Amino acid sequence: MNGARVEFRGLRRTFGTAVALDGLDLTVEPGELIALLGPSGCGKTTALRCVAGFERPDAGAVLVDGDDITRVPANRRDAGMVFQSYSLFPNLNARDNVAFGMRVRKAPAAKRHARAAELLELVGLPTHGDRYPHQLSGGQQQRVALARALALEPRVLLLDEPLSALDAKVRVTLREEIRRLQLSLGITTIFVTHDQEEALSIADHVAVLKEGRLEQSGPPAEIYDRPATPFVAEFVGTMNHLPGRLSGDEVEVIGQRLPVQGHTPGATDVDVLVRPETVLVTPAEDGEALVVTSSFRGSSVRLLLRLDDGTEILADLPGHDATRLAPGGRAGIRLVERPVLVAPRTAAPVEVLTAAE
Amino acid sequence: MAALTPTVLPDVSAPAHVPGRPRRVRVWRGVVLVVAALYFLAPLLASFIFTVNDPTQGFTLDAYGEIFPADGFAQSLLLSLGLAVATIVVVLALTLPAMLAVRLSAPRLRPVMEVVCTLPLVVPPITFVAGISTVLRWGPDYLATTPFYQTVMAIQNPSFPVVLVIADVVLALPFVYRALDSGLGAMDVRTLVEAARNCGASWPHVVFRVIIPNLKSGLASASFLTLALVLGEYTVARLLGFQPFSVWIVTVSGANAAMSVAVSIFSLLLTWLLLLILSTVGTRQRSGP
Repeated sequence: MNGARVEFRGLRRTFGTAVALDGLDLTVEPGELIALLGPSGCGKTTALRCVAGFERPDAGAVLVDGDDITRVPANRRDAGMVFQSYSLFPNLNARDNVAFGMRVRKAPAAKRHARAAELLELVGLPTHGDRYPHQLSGGQQQRVALARALALEPRVLLLDEPLSALDAKVRVTLREEIRRLQLSLGITTIFVTHDQEEALSIADHVAVLKEGRLEQSGPPAEIYDRPATPFVAEFVGTMNHLPGRLSGDEVEVIGQRLPVQGHTPGATDVDVLVRPETVLVTPAEDGEALVVTSSFRGSSVRLLLRLDDGTEILADLPGHDATRLAPGGRAGIRLVERPVLVAPRTAAPVEVLTAAE
Repeated sequence: MAALTPTVLPDVSAPAHVPGRPRRVRVWRGVVLVVAALYFLAPLLASFIFTVNDPTQGFTLDAYGEIFPADGFAQSLLLSLGLAVATIVVVLALTLPAMLAVRLSAPRLRPVMEVVCTLPLVVPPITFVAGISTVLRWGPDYLATTPFYQTVMAIQNPSFPVVLVIADVVLALPFVYRALDSGLGAMDVRTLVEAARNCGASWPHVVFRVIIPNLKSGLASASFLTLALVLGEYTVARLLGFQPFSVWIVTVSGANAAMSVAVSIFSLLLTWLLLLILSTVGTRQRSGP
């Protein structure tokens, strides 16, 4: 079972006046797991459905290993799909659900059952073959759906937010199992999600979409550390917006001069985008910031600090360091010396943006 | 109807529980049940007594004995059952694909379809049959020289009047639409269809292997309602001059009152039996998955 190369070429799709895809160009390398990440309505699911054959693009093409499959009917495409909602056939048990595709292809019963048993074992449900969907938990249903999607040995696996209906713990275990399976099978996988943590943790590549266009595509670390645009910066992880003043290649922000990364807006007054974990906080009687709130998150603590000019800053620091920084105390603030991203000044000068988590 | 109502009507659950007064609720439930039972059983019982109580002989089951050898009984009953089967097949073959198509690719047409399918309830049967007979009379005059003349004659063949099937299909539409709509509403049609397509299934395969097996109870209740409607349909058949079961019952009632009531009771039992068969077919599959 080997993965195929999937290419999106200038894909466009509109629904009435709403533009779901506005010229999407993206290449997925063979055997790679790519996460399509974006807010709802950014076109990520539409793109996936174009590969599955459930949507026909208005313009552009989808290529699998160089072959244009845009006009191929959905039932003759070489792609297995796992859906967001529970999609098992209620009248069939788990084994027959997995074997459905083989039955369509008229494989002999013995072969079907053997293969279904093998796949159920692969997804960790070796003893659940006789159960009907309503006798399975949500996580188990999605595992069976995954086995069904893999049953015909497709060269592309399409995952349409398969974990979004599950509870937090199951979500984390299942996404790791999906990754493990995907790596062992070497199948090209397109994973649609709006959960940035999910995307960053299992994907080889993350493609961030905005309004039907590709905003940035790259390895997770690159997306997080060197976001190409303010949109990506805000959507992935949490960002502070701090008022700053441009001078040449550098920007002056809370008394520090930092190099600017990427292009700079025309104006000199800008917002400087800073991650909470790059804000260094030290307890200091005469510090320039006041600790407003402190929320404990186990391994880390997130502080909300306010400068004397009213600017609010979020800072993440290790849990044990935060004991000396109780709300109401004063603290000194420094930013890690590294290139920062700047954006045109937003209307509200004091704003802490928390991206969708 | 008890077995079928959940799929036809919205679930009418037990009356709202009043905390601290369960006894009063139970009493009222009993009262409602008794009143309803009287309403349905009293006429039935009266009819039964009428058929078995002969003024001169006392208790006798003669009226029931006379049914089967009666002239035209078997013929008209078989005609009605035949018409019912044909109507069920045609109406399902028409509505199911149409409803699937509307749900999957033109959801905005759903209200239109709903109104169209409900129209037969609004048009009185007498108007409907007047229209049909006008067309049937008009046909031979204008089509005499064309091959359609044969068609117009063929659909009025008294041994199997296709025109009644056509009329019954129209009359059954509202009930079939409701039954199938609630059945389809109970499952995620789009996702199931896409999952099946993704597994390589062709459209006929999707319909026969995925939709129909999961729509058993909806199909059963649609079939039963159609069956009951066709067995009881009188106006159209009578005015067009055919003699299915319902018309035959009325015809014999002139000659033998006791027997005609006995036939009515018999047909009621027959309908219940068919209902029982259909609803077990519908629920047996559902208890599995």
